[in-house]
Amino acid sequence: MGLLTGLRDSLSRVTDRLFSEQEPKRIGIYGPPNAGKTTLANRIARDWTGDAVGAESHIPHETRRARRKEDVEIERDGKTVSIDIVDTPGVTTKVDYEEFTDEMDKDDAVRRSREATEGVAEAMHWLREDVDGVIYVLDSAEDPITQVNTMLIGIIESRDLPVLIFANKIDLEESSVKRIEDAFPQHETVPLSAKEGENMDEVYEQIAEYFG
Amino acid sequence: MPEATTDGGDGVQIDLISGQRMEGKTSMEKVRMILDGVHEGNIVILEEGLTPDEESKLIEVTMTEINPEEFNGIEIETYPRPSSDSPSFFGRLMGKDGPDTKLTVIGPADRIETLHKDETLISALVSRD
Repeated sequence: MGLLTGLRDSLSRVTDRLFSEQEPKRIGIYGPPNAGKTTLANRIARDWTGDAVGAESHIPHETRRARRKEDVEIERDGKTVSIDIVDTPGVTTKVDYEEFTDEMDKDDAVRRSREATEGVAEAMHWLREDVDGVIYVLDSAEDPITQVNTMLIGIIESRDLPVLIFANKIDLEESSVKRIEDAFPQHETVPLSAKEGENMDEVYEQIAEYFG
Repeated sequence: MPEATTDGGDGVQIDLISGQRMEGKTSMEKVRMILDGVHEGNIVILEEGLTPDEESKLIEVTMTEINPEEFNGIEIETYPRPSSDSPSFFGRLMGKDGPDTKLTVIGPADRIETLHKDETLISALVSRD
């Protein structure tokens, strides 16, 4: 009995180590449409794996499916942090196909809007069930106090998920990192330009510290 | 519903739903009640708002119900931060108050437009159709 109990405990310890401690944490990249989430995911993935995650576009809702890049190993201060990056569709409460008709014909716009709604629902499901931490990406040239941002930050906080706020697009003239810091003072805000690769050292330091 | 006011079909119906009416309802029942109202073109005002989990489900269910040319989704507004310990205006109006109350306004995206919002004011423009 003692032997069996000991064996079971040992197996349990090994299983715990294999499937929790060493399993890469899934870090969801969330935010409103067009904040630069995929550009950031691609920047991180290219820097550490050489591959991209998905296509980028100036048209909202280019990312319409959550996409996971597994085992991204980030090295900082001699330590290696292994994470899975989950690039998610931009979250919104409304999708109007007419937003896209300047860029494509009606059938494609309708298809894009249908896929976008499925993608947002999928992103919300991931947030409730499948991520261990969140990088919340905001366009620092836009007003951060929107209902979607307030709600999503509230949802993330209610789930006790570690969250970093990334103030993206600091290369733009209208960028204001302070506006984001003032809007969400309870969270660490990291300024960056994913497109230009500005301040990526601090980005990786913070990722390693928060999610390592 | 009893909270509803209507002018006979030509105006905008506003449903003010008290916290008491929401008590005991499951998350999905609350989401359903809100979206049924919004689908009819009504503006729904919740005295006590939703929990973060319920807000998450509201977004998810709204997305599954969006239908091009029929329903574009919702506009939703709450104050950006929880109210202070002092009784809110709406709380006093509804005869009760509390630090957790978070007035929430929800309407069809194509009929409601937020004009201004800060910690103490939500200003919205509602169109008839």
